[in-house]
Amino acid sequence: MKPAAFDYHRPTDVVAALALLDAHGADGKVLAGGQSLVAAMNFRLARPGVLIDVNRIAELDYLRVEGGHLRVGALTRHAAFHRPVVDGPLGTLLSRVVEHVAHYPIRQRGTFAGSLAHADPASEWCLTATVLDAEISVRSLRGARSIPASAFFKGTFTTALEPDELITEIRLPLLDAGWRGGFSEFSRRAGDFALAMALAVLRVESGVIRAARLGIGGVADRAIRLHAVEAALVGREATESIFRAAGAEASRAVEPSADIHASSEYRRDLIAAMVARALAEAAA
Amino acid sequence: MNDRLAITLNVNGQSYPVTVEPRKSLADALREDCGLTGTHLGCEHGVCGACTVIVDGRPVRSCLMFAVQAEGLAVCTVEGLAEGEALHPLQRHFWEQHGLQCGFCTPGFLMLAAGAFEADPTIDEAEMIDVLSSNLCRCTGYQNIAKAVSLALQDMRAGV
Ligand SMILES: Cc1cc2nc3c(=O)[nH]c(=O)nc-3n(C[C@H](O)[C@H](O)[C@H](O)COP(=O)(O)OP(=O)(O)OC[C@H]3O[C@@H](n4cnc5c(N)ncnc54)[C@H](O)[C@@H]3O)c2cc1C
Ligand code: FES
Ligand code: FES
Repeated sequence: MKPAAFDYHRPTDVVAALALLDAHGADGKVLAGGQSLVAAMNFRLARPGVLIDVNRIAELDYLRVEGGHLRVGALTRHAAFHRPVVDGPLGTLLSRVVEHVAHYPIRQRGTFAGSLAHADPASEWCLTATVLDAEISVRSLRGARSIPASAFFKGTFTTALEPDELITEIRLPLLDAGWRGGFSEFSRRAGDFALAMALAVLRVESGVIRAARLGIGGVADRAIRLHAVEAALVGREATESIFRAAGAEASRAVEPSADIHASSEYRRDLIAAMVARALAEAAA
Repeated sequence: MNDRLAITLNVNGQSYPVTVEPRKSLADALREDCGLTGTHLGCEHGVCGACTVIVDGRPVRSCLMFAVQAEGLAVCTVEGLAEGEALHPLQRHFWEQHGLQCGFCTPGFLMLAAGAFEADPTIDEAEMIDVLSSNLCRCTGYQNIAKAVSLALQDMRAGV
């Protein structure tokens, strides 16, 4: 298999990359880890005329804690999260989630930012960004803006990014020691895309849920934040039966997608199970 | 568009000056331009792992990387694993444990395990088994592959 021919550029700073994006418009594509884009190009599902390889832009390669946020530079690979990147619940949760993102060699190349830009409905990082209220910094020659995750994802493989925009950073709010995270995913084989998954973060005090954030992925055209289920959990006791009830409520809150991998009914059952398990893990 | 680029690939410590189209995968360049046909291609979309090589100390899919992207980086392929006639511990244990049948997937598994160990020499057995789930074998079955890698891991830790 051969991708269609393209022109190749390898800028070494952000401004040069933005100039290239500006010059080539919709025909120009950012090449980050290439773990989604190159596969699509090999199938000729994508045939960009120009590739702008950002892998040598050192200023995008960082991961640091600052101002209450974990700041994830656009070149941060999935594998960077294998070990907790920050003390406390956030680092632990991210290291839990990353095990489910593709396979080990793919995690060595694929990037956090590339996952968000690609916006696969079954992306673990898109679900993480949605549940944790990530902020996505983007730049173009026209200027810079910051997009909340809630406004970033528009549908399957579709985001609020303009063709000339580059994601430069993702900011995840830190979770203080009172929070606990839980994640559950079902896929047929290790490393496959999720048929359904759930991510929960809870603040439990003396056995009572004081705050909750919850979302599901792999079941619709984008990750879904379950605000109503979150609200119903607050003030309740952190018990198995409450978690199972929340799972049932979550499964009724959406009309799950159907494809060759799973029917809508099956996904509905999976949602109930994944939500209950993610909540139980967060409360453990 | 589509101009061929003259680059130098550094593979197994040796320089290979090659002229490639930007769209040429690292896997194809290794096989066709460097003559290193130990790297195999199965699916060409990241799923099977037959094409796994080590780039700058990390195992990666060489079907999902363009050759031009490897310019200036250190590439290691299965041809670089043995030291002369002395097999690498992974190769030795694959042989002894019957970790291969047709051998199509073998270079990928060897580079996967070698690369995971190089990236993290403290990797434990459970983590290594999870790493092995990255690649597909269609005939041996995974038991002997896992056994071979576990034994090799002990030798690699001990440095024999
Ligand atoms: C076998 C296999 C299994 C996989 N399984 C999973 C899985 O279970 N879960 C999962 O989430 N993913 C999975 N993936 C996809 C993988 O996580 C990709 O790494 C990820 O989707 C894209 O990140 P990337 O850096 O590789 O981006 P690329 O492939 O380089 O790019 C993807 C898209 O994002 C754009 N883009 C990238 N970076 C930027 C940026 N900074 N600014 C603007 N646009 C940008 C590109 O132009 C392109 O359109 C799998 C991939 C493979 C091959
Ligand atoms: S050929 Fe590269 S992963 Fe299958
Ligand atoms: S030995 Fe034949 S595919 Fe693995």
